[in-house]
Amino acid sequence: MLDQNPQPFVEIRGLCKWYGDFSALHDINLNVALGEKVVVCGPSGSGKSSLIRCINQLEAHQKGTIIVDGIEVTPDMKNKEKIRREVGMVFQSFNLFPHMTILANLTLGPMRNRGASKSEARELAMHYLNRVHIAEQADKYPAQLSGGQQQRVAIARSLCMKPKIMLFDEPTSALDPEMIAGVLDVMIELAEEGMTMVVVTHEMGFARRVADRVVFMDEGEIIEVAEPEPFFNTPQSERAKLFLSQLLGH
Amino acid sequence: MDRNTPPPAPPKKRLTIVDLALFSMVAALIFYAGYRVTDVLVYDWNWSRVLNFVVRFDDDTGRYVPNLLLYGLATTLRLAVWATILATIIGVTMGYWRTCDNLALRILSRGYVELIRNLPPVVFIFIFYFFISSQIFTALGVDDIDRHGPLVDNPVFSLLFGDPALFSNFLAGALVLALFEGAYITEIVRAGIQSVDKGQWEASRAIGLSPFNVLRDVILPQAVRKILPPLAGQFITLIKDSAIVSLISIQELTFLATEVASTTTKVFETWILVGMMYFVLCYSFALMFGWLERRAARSHR
Ligand SMILES: Nc1ncnc2c1ncn2[C@@H]1O[C@H](COP(=O)(O)OP(=O)(O)O)[C@@H](O)[C@H]1O
Ligand SMILES: [Mg+2]
Repeated sequence: MLDQNPQPFVEIRGLCKWYGDFSALHDINLNVALGEKVVVCGPSGSGKSSLIRCINQLEAHQKGTIIVDGIEVTPDMKNKEKIRREVGMVFQSFNLFPHMTILANLTLGPMRNRGASKSEARELAMHYLNRVHIAEQADKYPAQLSGGQQQRVAIARSLCMKPKIMLFDEPTSALDPEMIAGVLDVMIELAEEGMTMVVVTHEMGFARRVADRVVFMDEGEIIEVAEPEPFFNTPQSERAKLFLSQLLGH
Repeated sequence: MDRNTPPPAPPKKRLTIVDLALFSMVAALIFYAGYRVTDVLVYDWNWSRVLNFVVRFDDDTGRYVPNLLLYGLATTLRLAVWATILATIIGVTMGYWRTCDNLALRILSRGYVELIRNLPPVVFIFIFYFFISSQIFTALGVDDIDRHGPLVDNPVFSLLFGDPALFSNFLAGALVLALFEGAYITEIVRAGIQSVDKGQWEASRAIGLSPFNVLRDVILPQAVRKILPPLAGQFITLIKDSAIVSLISIQELTFLATEVASTTTKVFETWILVGMMYFVLCYSFALMFGWLERRAARSHR
């Protein structure tokens, strides 16, 4: 249904990416509509991270076009900064700034880029800290928080830039099992509020509940795109079948 | 067992017989050197002649006034401060260039570092001194600054740069020293920047920070904490290396000490005294840096 949206928010056409001579992404075509939630999965090394990192140009692509909110993504610095203010990103390893308090982690972006005053930025930060249920930790340093708390702070830090789309790169893979649910809950709330999301994850429960589409990748190519139920129950390609059986196997 | 009992005390560190024997051997060596100097060398010790060059009694005013060696110490201190500031600016800039994406800047900074690291300091200093002072300074007109202009003829200028008559001499010394030490600081800064986790770059870029803000707000504060110990060592090396600019007649402690030693012929006294001055200077800086390091470690939880 969302596929018929005439104006996709993110439009990726013929995307190719190499690391040196190694072809990491080959001829990727993918559209993401405003408000859509896309889950990307696939074996390790299949190019999932490379794909979403091209969207905010943490990695440069060599061929094809990426258009975000009507702006074509180019390696030009000004262009990159503009794109990155619309695109939030959450990493597997949180990457909070260890020398700053939680609050300072959150206020840095708005103060530097949106010209927010200290009190405005503070208010914004507290708003998002409340939303990820962690406001009471504002004055602590990242190392004093658990992994799950740190990841929720990282989500709040991205939200402070008021992005129109959020990219998640295996946000729960580095977490102890008992921490995962808290982070997924925050992501589900975000989805329910209508955020556009591209999530690299192997959490099938999350995908089933939230995703509009699941994109399955292998060896730098998109093999299969389907809604979650058909994808998980009756995958079409041999490679997806193998991947899912391995995922459930242990 | 009661878990609330305190843990057993660690064994105390004591000096053993072997340690004491080692100390006595060192003491014996020092005594022997002293014996050679006093009895065999037949050297006429005269500390007061040399101390006169630290402070002397001025007959006109009837007061003690600083003399050559104290002036030299002051110049060395000024030289160290200015060269440290300049070398830090050079080192941070070049250190960043060493790591940045721009190929031209990488080549430039690499060239600078390799040039300086592969020349003997004396050779570099001679080449650069004769180039700076004879070409650039003349072109810039540093040699003929107005020594009695309001900008120059005031106590603040003297405090910062010393005797206005020797300004171009001082500037050449500070520049040459800064350029020399800057190369080593460049490498320390580069290592510091590269030691910061890749994820920190990505996260700060991902929230849309400009390259300058990424560096200033996220990377450098973390790099500085890691490079503070080697940086402190390099600053102290800089103070010691400043003695080498005596070769190009910069009127600092070593240069003036050479003069004092030759006029008084009291070589031992002069160099022992000057050695103590350098030691006190360097050791005070070492203590200060140690304090700064502990403070930085405390604020970084
Ligand atoms: N910076 C890099 N340099 C060289 N090769 C890389 C780099 N990043 C990723 N790769 C390679 O590209 C392929 C895809 O990597 P990635 O996008 O991280 O896969 P995934 O996230 O699906 O595990 C892998 O084979 C990986 O080894
Ligand atoms: Mg990955």
